[in-house]
Amino acid sequence: MIEKELVIVGAGPAGLCAARIAAEAGCRVLLIDRSPLLGGQLIKQTHKFFGSEQQRAKTRGFRIAEALVADLKPFGDTVEIWQEATVVGAYPDSVLTVWTNGEYRKIHFQSLILAVGAGERSLAFENNDLPGVYGAGAVQTLMNVYGVLPGKEVVMIGSGNIGLIVCYQLIQAGAVVKALVEAAPKIGGYKVHASKLRRLGVPILTRTTVVRALGDSAVKGVVLSGLDENWNPIPGTESEIACDAVCVAVGLSPLYQLAWMLGAEIPYVGELGGMVPLLDENRQTTVSGVFAAGDASGVEEASSAMVGGRLAGLHAARFLGHLHPDHTAIDTECRAQLSSLRGGPFGAKIRAGLKKAEVKVHAR
Amino acid sequence: MLDKTGVPTPDQVLSRFPAEKDLLRPKAILECYEDIPCNPCSTNCPFQAIVIGEDINAQPRLIVERCTGCGLCVAVCPGLAIMTAALKNDRAVFQIPYELLPLPQTGEEWVGLDREGRPLGPARIEKVVRKADRTNVVTVSLEARHLYAFATVRCPR
Repeated sequence: MIEKELVIVGAGPAGLCAARIAAEAGCRVLLIDRSPLLGGQLIKQTHKFFGSEQQRAKTRGFRIAEALVADLKPFGDTVEIWQEATVVGAYPDSVLTVWTNGEYRKIHFQSLILAVGAGERSLAFENNDLPGVYGAGAVQTLMNVYGVLPGKEVVMIGSGNIGLIVCYQLIQAGAVVKALVEAAPKIGGYKVHASKLRRLGVPILTRTTVVRALGDSAVKGVVLSGLDENWNPIPGTESEIACDAVCVAVGLSPLYQLAWMLGAEIPYVGELGGMVPLLDENRQTTVSGVFAAGDASGVEEASSAMVGGRLAGLHAARFLGHLHPDHTAIDTECRAQLSSLRGGPFGAKIRAGLKKAEVKVHAR
Repeated sequence: MLDKTGVPTPDQVLSRFPAEKDLLRPKAILECYEDIPCNPCSTNCPFQAIVIGEDINAQPRLIVERCTGCGLCVAVCPGLAIMTAALKNDRAVFQIPYELLPLPQTGEEWVGLDREGRPLGPARIEKVVRKADRTNVVTVSLEARHLYAFATVRCPR
């Protein structure tokens, strides 16, 4: 059994920010990530981020990842990082099991921050198992991390920010986006992203869905159908588009499994993307000493994940008896940033969801 | 319309243009029609010509008299939603953000596109500024009648 003071699972924007602030406070941190590269989803984000300068707005996502990793450099002695290490089990007696370098290792922690992110949702349609049907995350990884173009002619399903942004990145990489399809009556993501696609000639089809993919051994096209107000296909509106890739970007769901294994209360909160741990105002779950941040506690933008990670790191440190010298100032600043980021119409859903996922009582 | 198609209405577009007499010098056209949490255009303007205010979800507003048309905001906007526009004799001159390859070269003739990607007519590449962060700024001119329709350029090849 390996003894660790603070373990952070996930080295995306939330985990990296949590590690930095906890280390500043004097914690000894173990940061665990399953990927060979640090930064979580940031490493494949080639577009510039929104937000304010405090969240590094106008910087491309992969550059933010580099900056957050560089922020940990001064704490090399107290922040240990395991990469290509997957946490496969979590036990209520504060034990994690980790698969790394071909062996299982057991860790006993005093405090834990779950910054494990979210998983992509799938979409049921005929032939969705054909080669050439991708999730948006896979498309971004192939294209932006490894330099592999997943298809020459692509149909995108889903008009949230991910669908919109990945379309633009596909065009930058030299692909043709034949259409962007959205089942809802309105575009889901930021209209500035949608406008970028429209002026490059990409059709955006709302109230439309994919019925089936065509092809025997690989995607050769898709059949689309218009949807009525009850989201049912309208007979006679089917149309066919030739393509060699279909990209599914229909949303994310928080990865709640580790919190569940630890016995945390995990209600379903649709506004936050699915099952999420109940959190107190300091981001502590109903299990004492176990905190959560980032998409793992509700799907939002990376800007909110960074700030939420700082809060979790700050309070995990206090839980461990390491009060950050600027605790109150940082705490106040983070809360102000979060309410500002969530203050607009796009934050309404998050605000509603957070109310449902917040516990007023102290953790057990 | 913007909600369904990603294309702003002509009224929305017009609301972001100053009077034509003010376009003898280039001015920023802020095509941000939605309250989203973002403010680099405002915080990076050297002339305090773009106002967002305390709530970063508010839409940016241009103070026309302060705007020098420098185009810094064009390269800064994460949504690529800002261009500058000016009227010079019978030409409309724009600075637009450009993040695709190939990059246009000064003197080339490209195809001007409207907000739905439809060709408007020939667009002369006047100047190309390569930026370190890869959002390049291209100065391009078209016939003046395309002032309110122009959105971007397409490689003619």
